[in-house]
Parts: sequence; C-alpha cells; structure tokens
Amino acid sequence: MTKKQKKVLYRIIAAAILMVVLAFMPVEGYLRFILYLIPYFIIGYDILRKAALGILHGEVFDENFLMAVATVGAMLLGVYNEAKGMEGEFAEGVAVMLFYQIGELFQAVAVGKSRRNISALMDIRPDYANIEDEEGNVEQVDPDEVEPGTVILVQPGEKIPIDGVVTEGNSTLNTSALTGESVPREVSTGEEVISGCVNISGLLRIRTTKEFGESTVSKILDLVENSSMKKARTENFITKFARYYTPAVCYSALALAVIPSVVNLMMGNPAGWSTWIIRALTFLVISCPCALVISIPLSFFGGIGGASACGILVKGSNYLEALAQTKYVVFDKTGTLTKGVFQVTEVHASPEFMENKAGSGEKAEAETEKAKVSGKILLELAAYVESYSNHPISRSLREAYGQEIDKAKVSSVEEIGGHGVTAMVNHHSVAAGNYRLMDSLGIACEKNVGVGTVIHIAVDGIYAGYILISDVVKEQSAEAIAALKAAGVKKTVMLTGDSAKTAEHVAGLLHVDEFRSELLPADKVEAVEGLLAQKGSRENLAFVGDGINDAPVLSRADIGVAMGALGSDAAIEAADIVLMDDNPMKLALAMRISRKCLRIVYENIVFALTVKAVCLVLGAFGIANMWIAIFADVGVMVLAVLNAVRCLKVKA
Amino acid sequence: MKKTYKIEVDCANCALKMEEAAKKVEGVQGATVSFMTQKMKVEFTDSADEKAVMQNVRRACKKVEDDCEIFLE
Repeated sequence: MTKKQKKVLYRIIAAAILMVVLAFMPVEGYLRFILYLIPYFIIGYDILRKAALGILHGEVFDENFLMAVATVGAMLLGVYNEAKGMEGEFAEGVAVMLFYQIGELFQAVAVGKSRRNISALMDIRPDYANIEDEEGNVEQVDPDEVEPGTVILVQPGEKIPIDGVVTEGNSTLNTSALTGESVPREVSTGEEVISGCVNISGLLRIRTTKEFGESTVSKILDLVENSSMKKARTENFITKFARYYTPAVCYSALALAVIPSVVNLMMGNPAGWSTWIIRALTFLVISCPCALVISIPLSFFGGIGGASACGILVKGSNYLEALAQTKYVVFDKTGTLTKGVFQVTEVHASPEFMENKAGSGEKAEAETEKAKVSGKILLELAAYVESYSNHPISRSLREAYGQEIDKAKVSSVEEIGGHGVTAMVNHHSVAAGNYRLMDSLGIACEKNVGVGTVIHIAVDGIYAGYILISDVVKEQSAEAIAALKAAGVKKTVMLTGDSAKTAEHVAGLLHVDEFRSELLPADKVEAVEGLLAQKGSRENLAFVGDGINDAPVLSRADIGVAMGALGSDAAIEAADIVLMDDNPMKLALAMRISRKCLRIVYENIVFALTVKAVCLVLGAFGIANMWIAIFADVGVMVLAVLNAVRCLKVKA
Repeated sequence: MKKTYKIEVDCANCALKMEEAAKKVEGVQGATVSFMTQKMKVEFTDSADEKAVMQNVRRACKKVEDDCEIFLE
C-alpha cells in the first residue's frame, strides 16, 4: 500500500469507529446531525473538495460529483425530516461515503497490485553491470553509464545487461526471459550475445557493442510499456461511452427526483419528495462507470503481459484485439514455415564449364574427378559472389564452401532483388541467381532441376551450372497451421519467391490452403493487397514473416507478425506482433491469448452493464436501496478487476 | 517531437480526463496517458517550447484531476 492508500485506510477506520459509537449515543435532534458530520467530513472531505473543484473548473459530471450529490442529498434529507419533527436518518449518507471509499481503496490496491504483477513479469531490466578495473576489483555500476566498447563481467546467474560480443569465456545462456522457452544456448569467445539472457554456467567477459538504451532489453521494455498507449477499439468505445453516459445518468437522476413529485402534486397527491430524492441518489451511486473504465485497459494490459512472458511481444492493445478476429494468415515461407537454414544438396557444373575449369583432362575416366573439381570451383565462385549478402541462401553457400573468403577479390557487387547477385570475382564477371536472372542476361539455363532453391551461375556470360539448395521445414509448422485452422482461421496462404515446384512440395506437406510462388518482394505486397480486398470488413489478415526483407508487407497487412526476432532489430521495428523465437506454434498461442483477453473484456462489459442496468431499474422503482447501490458500484468494479487479472494467466 | 513523462494518477477515469485535458493545451499535437504504466506520452508541435508547454499541461491536468502528478525532470 502506498502512503496515500494508508492514509485513506486510517480515515476509513476512524470514520467506522465513530459511526458505531454514534449509533449507541443517546443524542437527539440537530446535535446528532452535527455529530454525524464529524465522520462524514473525516471520510468524505476530499471527495467534496474534488466535486467543488470540478464544478469550479466546469468539469461537473464525474464520480466525485455523483458521490457528493448523493451523500449531501442524503444528509439534507435527514435535516429535512428532523425539521418536520421526525427522526432524521444521517447514518446512511456517511455509510455511502464510507463504502465508496472502501471500494476505491480496494480498487486502488487491487489495480496497483496487478499492475505491479504484470510489470514484474515483464521486468527483464538488469539492475547493474559489473566493470572490472585495472587491479581486478569488480564494481557494480548503472548499466546506463556503461559506454559502448567497455568490457563487462557477467557471472553465472546474472543477467547480461547490455548487448555485446564475448571476449573471454564459455557459457550456456538461458533465453527464457526473452523467448518464453528455456532452451539453453551455448556461447563462446567471439560470439554476439543479447542482453536479457541469463548466464547459467561460466564467467563471461563481454565487450559491449551498444549503449544500454539501444540494447535489446531496453528496446523490448520500451515496446511493451508503450503498448498500452495504443488503445483498442473496445477501449475507445468505453471512453466515448463514459463521456455520454455520466451526464445522461445525472440528468435522469435529476428527472427522477423532480418529475414524479411534481406529477404527484399536480394530481393532488402528496408529493413524496423524500422518497423520490432518495431513489434519485441511489440511482446516482449505481451509475458510476468505474468498473468498465478500469477493467478494460487492465484486461488488455494483462493479456499483453501474459503474452510477453511467453516470448510474444504485442505492440498495442489494438493489435491484441485485432488478432482475435484474424481470418486470413499469410506466411512468408522462408524462415517462417521452414527453418531458413539452407543446405547445399547438389552442385551441378555444366559440361562447358567442366571443360574450361578442370583443365584439358585427356581421358574419359577422369570425368568424375573433373566434375568434383569443377563443382568445387563453382561453389567457390557462388560463395564469393554472395559474400556480401546476409540472405540465408548466401550464408548456406558460404557454409558449404567452408573456407575463409578474401573479400578483396570481390568487387562491384550488385544485388538485384528477386533475381540474384552479380559481381566481379577475380576479374571474371560472375552472375548467381534464379532463372530470371539468367533470362535477363540472355543466358540459357535448365529450368526444372528438382525441389529446392536453384542458384544458376554464369561466368563471363556463359552458363556454368547450378547449385541446388533445400530448405528444411520446421517440425511445428504443420501443427501450427492445423492449430490456426482450429482457432477459426479461414484461409492460410503461403507466399514464396521459390519455384512453383518447391512451393507445391512444402504447401502439400503443411496443408496450407493456397500458395503463391516465384514472387518478387513487390509481388508479395500485391498478393497481400489482393487478399485484403477479398476479406470482409470485420475480418483481419495477418502476415507472418521473418522481418528480414518483408517490412513493406508487414506494414501493409492488418497485423504484421515477425518471427524469430531475437536479435533482429529490424523485425522488432517493422512488426506489430513480434515472436521472439521461431516457433510458428507461438502464433496460435498468441491468437489464443488474444481470444481469451477479448472474451474477458466482453464479459466485463456485459456483466457490469447488466448489473448496473438492473440495479438502476430497481433503484428507480425504489426496490434497491443504498446498500445495493454500493454493491452495484464497488462490487462490480472489484469483480471486474479480478476477472481482468485472469488475462495474465496463460496456459502454454 | 515526442516525449514520455512519468505520472502518478489513482484512477483510470482520471487518466482519461488527463489525456483529454493535455490534448487541448496549445503546443500539444497529441497526448496519450497510460494508467497501467503510469506514463504520459506527449507529442509537441514543431515550434513548441517543450518545457513551457509541459507546465501548461501539468496545470491543465491538475485542473481536471486534483491529485495527479506529472514528473517533469
């Protein structure tokens, strides 16, 4: 409890004791009224003050005003009865104020607690960094003060505070704070490490490469903290609703207080002012919109917090909401449904190239030897041409080549998106890419050569052969597609730049509904736009990519999802929802979280409004008294908050 | 230009009111208040003097919600 909350608690206790004492005190008449004013002011002075300030500032209709009018009204009614010679009822006014404050306090504590729970869940912020001075003394400093290039020390059990490169030591890292999965990761000298991981086994010395503010941890925290700023449609609806609702209720209450009495008077009956005023006041107490206003953002916040604990970062409540209505899911194949780990499966040099490169082997028995040698040269050329590219395919070529690449030998590299790369290698012009590149260079090549990505290579304008690279489908992909279908996704579509043959193979394996192949990056945007035009207005389309070169598509889709984003800043920037690891099942999980969260939001809206509506009607007919009114206000709010906290719990 | 400020506010409805009030202050392009993270994000117009504007924002917020606080460094 904060200091403020404690103060309210003391006031509540003091007022409650005074009320009990007063109930047994044998005092009569106006003295009783004055004595009751003491607990009334103890418990309600701030509300009265706020209501008065509100009126002064022209902000009339808020809950303070409602409470002030209701309780002052109740007190005055007591005085009125007293003046008529009956015994006035003063306890009720004080009690209403007392219970309102108890409710407020309970709410503040409950909200504060769930807020802290969620924040704690997301708190992967490291508190310090260890710096070693010349004498070997270790000092703990604020990670904010560490300059890039400083060597920091991370002991087993500590969080890595800042992104960097390991300069000394071997260890295993636990990435669960970032990904939600505790798959240990081995690191050794020279490897990059990401802040937020926990060092499990060995002592690491890390040279930082970024400032703390630019490190992964800070970026993720920023993103999640800002997520509640992007409000969901439901939240905006409630805000608007509250704006009209409060004045409407106030005028209705006023009408309820005046009209029946006036009508009674005109009909020649006794006016019954006190009855109707009490009903109007009850009406006011019931009507407070707090339960809705508090529980809805709390539900979304809980959902976002729960998701981030599973390694799913949602950048705004609006995206969490949209995700529940996702009917179309479009996947980029590479790195999303497939591992994006390409392996060279075949190297095939053309006969001309073999003749050229393997020298003039005289005998036919040397044929296989020639093929081997020329294949190796082909792979070498490919690895050199692609040496500047970070594309997974290029990486796999370099891996297959397996030797140090002397980048000085490569010049005038030109990447042609969706086609391939051309470059000068050792004074030969080398082109490596798909058949479209060959077509555009006017070089004939074989088009149907097997399942996988085909890299055709031409040297000095002459076709030299191809390299076949296959991608591996992720184990969870088929399951993920099935889970999405089960979650109500109408259509799954796979987009790929690969050949139709490869695409068909993978699509069949995973049971996606549709696939488009041989797409250039621009075609992918077009394909997504086509699908966007097809879908209904309340249906959403999610695009799932690896975030490496599909930023335009990510932003074009209703919801852009980047996968395997651990360590990829670009993906985190571009996407609306970020899956930290590369398990496609996480998307289905994200949808489940979103559904649950939305269900809780609707539950709260319906529950709160129904209880209030029923109580309002009962209040207007005089069936509900002040006590029921207090329940309708505070009770509903507390139940709604407790319900909202359920969003935080995620079953993986 | 955007800046984020730490705030202290007790109820969600008050946070909404603060947001409305902040938006109306001259020099403020847009404002969002997050009750959950107790933060206020203000986007200033190009020519605005951020310090002076924030003083006004704070005053405007105090007006609608007496016991809120915006922490300006």
